[in-house]
Amino acid sequence: MTDRIAVAKTYKLYLGGAFPRSESGRTYEVTDARGKFLANAAQASRKDVRDAVAAARKAFPGWSGATAYNRGQVLYRVAEMLQGRREQFVAEVAASEGLPAKRAQSTVDTAIDRWVWYAGWTDKIATVLGSTNPVAGPYFCFTVPEPTGVVGVLAPQQSALLGLVSVLAPVLAGGNTAVVLASQDRPLPAVTLSEVLATSDLPGGVANILTGRTGELAPWLATHADVNALDLCGSPESQRADLERGAANTVKRVLPAPAGEPEWTNPPDIRRLRGYLEAKTVWHPMGT
Amino acid sequence: MSSSPTENPWEYAPAPESRDIANLKPSYRMFVDGEFVEGNGAGLKTINPATEEVLAEVSTADSSDVDTAVRAARRAQEKVWRKMPGTERAKYIFRIARMIAERSRELAVLESLDNGKPIKESRDSDIPTAAAHFFYHAGWADKLDYAGLGPDPRPLGVAGQIIPWNFPLLMAAWKIAPALACGNTVVLKPAETTPLTALVLAEICQQAELPPGVLNILPGDGTVGSELVAHGGLDKVAFTGSTEVGKLIQRTLAGTGRRLTLELGGKAANVVFDDAPIDQAVEGIVNGIFFNQGHVCCAGSRLLVQESVAEEVLHKLRARIATLRLGDPLDKNTDIGAINSAEQLAKIRELTAAGDTEGASRWTSPCPLPDKGFFFAPTVFADVQQSMRIAREEIFGPVLSVLTFRTPDEAVTKANNTPYGLSAGIWTDKGSRILWLANRMRAGVVWANTFNRFDPTAPFGGYQESGFGREGGRAGLEAYLDD
Repeated sequence: MTDRIAVAKTYKLYLGGAFPRSESGRTYEVTDARGKFLANAAQASRKDVRDAVAAARKAFPGWSGATAYNRGQVLYRVAEMLQGRREQFVAEVAASEGLPAKRAQSTVDTAIDRWVWYAGWTDKIATVLGSTNPVAGPYFCFTVPEPTGVVGVLAPQQSALLGLVSVLAPVLAGGNTAVVLASQDRPLPAVTLSEVLATSDLPGGVANILTGRTGELAPWLATHADVNALDLCGSPESQRADLERGAANTVKRVLPAPAGEPEWTNPPDIRRLRGYLEAKTVWHPMGT
Repeated sequence: MSSSPTENPWEYAPAPESRDIANLKPSYRMFVDGEFVEGNGAGLKTINPATEEVLAEVSTADSSDVDTAVRAARRAQEKVWRKMPGTERAKYIFRIARMIAERSRELAVLESLDNGKPIKESRDSDIPTAAAHFFYHAGWADKLDYAGLGPDPRPLGVAGQIIPWNFPLLMAAWKIAPALACGNTVVLKPAETTPLTALVLAEICQQAELPPGVLNILPGDGTVGSELVAHGGLDKVAFTGSTEVGKLIQRTLAGTGRRLTLELGGKAANVVFDDAPIDQAVEGIVNGIFFNQGHVCCAGSRLLVQESVAEEVLHKLRARIATLRLGDPLDKNTDIGAINSAEQLAKIRELTAAGDTEGASRWTSPCPLPDKGFFFAPTVFADVQQSMRIAREEIFGPVLSVLTFRTPDEAVTKANNTPYGLSAGIWTDKGSRILWLANRMRAGVVWANTFNRFDPTAPFGGYQESGFGREGGRAGLEAYLDD
């Protein structure tokens, strides 16, 4: 009696709500922390980046225009789906990051809780960051935060799931849409996350997750005129200044890369939410 | 409307403000570490754009002066300003606010002389709003813990600030007041063509006994600006000016980790619906584009008018514009003053010529033009298409481009069809339409049934290529705090 052969998964890109292979047909080998073969991942191309940006732009009016309550529910639903796949994530995080089972479990649990934390912000952030402005004249004047637009995210290279969740959830919670380049060498939890997103009522194109070579793809994301903000978190150090220069061509908001991989288990704050929000001030006269 | 656009029913006697009030000095020096000192730069002559006469000689900075000023600001930041309790910092800033108000008449006349803007605007808008900005931010200095930016917000350090020539003292106030309130020290470069009121502000700071080095002011041209933004001793750069220069600065700071806020150009849509109170809208359109000769980054330079009322609006608009009085900025009855510089006048002429070439229909106010100085008559282009340069590029002058739309959705699409995103206007009697449209405008400031309102409590700043960061309000403090 032989053991049953498991059905292996094909790891693909997540683009516009679909799971295509790279248009280039390229793949690259992904190994675990000890170098053992895990899977072939799709190696996204410049054109995949552009398609992803187009999908994110197309999805922006719907997602940013949805009610904050609705966005909160959809994002909470993501956490529910994450919980349902907990064991799969634990196995993938353990393999990708070389963590013992206990640490992998607590990492995945923190990632799920983090997603819940951000889901709850959708209908509160405007209260916290918005204002009515007591202007010196007969006007009603108020300021509300609004999403910046399409955000390019270079996900952390080390923390394949918790780090990814920590940088992606605030983008989506604020009403932005995202194009994410997953951790280059540890992309499998990101692909599984995209399967979660696809089954969580998140409209297609709101989050697009690409796997491939960060150094090859990042410049196309940084210089794309339809990207409004850029998170340099997982960018190669040697490339950062160039990426920032490229981002300046269209005055992108740039979240600088931290000096090293942050300690993602630390409690989050609203800085990342603020980073992708614009303040809009509206004036109207008061009178008869 | 029975009167023809060329008829001017009003005759005014000249009512000039006395230029002696400006207390103009033959020469001005830069302000570093609490003293007025001679700069090592080549110096410049600042002129009155309404007469082209030289007003004063102003010493300018070179790279060694930039370095000296940044070091002075660093010393003041570390030894004095950041250690000082917020309650004490506040009192210095309150003093500055009060002294600006006390010298407001002098500052208004000086501003109009140096900039060319009508005295009624410098007197009623620029100077009082500048004082208000200091007064507002003074009160924040000891309340930063309540700004919602974390429990222990700290100053960034030394800020390098570059401001434009369109609102010289007001822009200085927008930059300096929040920086000082948050515990930063400042090296500020005023615009090459309008350095004078910033140097009077320096005198006020001296009289207010602001500790030396907390504020340093370095006049000069763009090369001084590039020296300043590239200086490694800064923690923060804040710039107001063109998108082109803003991009250069963002590139310069790439990879340095220094913080940056940018307030750049705009091409605001001013959207008029058929149910708008048309006479009120016409006043708003005029204010939106002719305030400060149109030298306003948030000017309503693209009029989007609903097709069914386009004829009526244009007719009334031309009649109203024809009554605007152009001329001596010091005359209290002047509506439109001088273009700030020969260079800017040339740019306006070039872009309006492109409007002719590309097929738009030009109408020019029949107002008489003075025979010297830099003046440009109020101009309206009809039949403008979105692809034309006058619909896409910032003209920064008294030139309005008129486009039409049929449906609200078309208005939104056309309004947002620009890489800029600074401001927008909406004119309609329907409240739900205002809120619907305000929500869809990709712009940092939306004026509904009004235009060009500014207040220190109201955050101001752009989306997209109009820059990032806000000035004013709680949001404006983020630009100067390390939370």
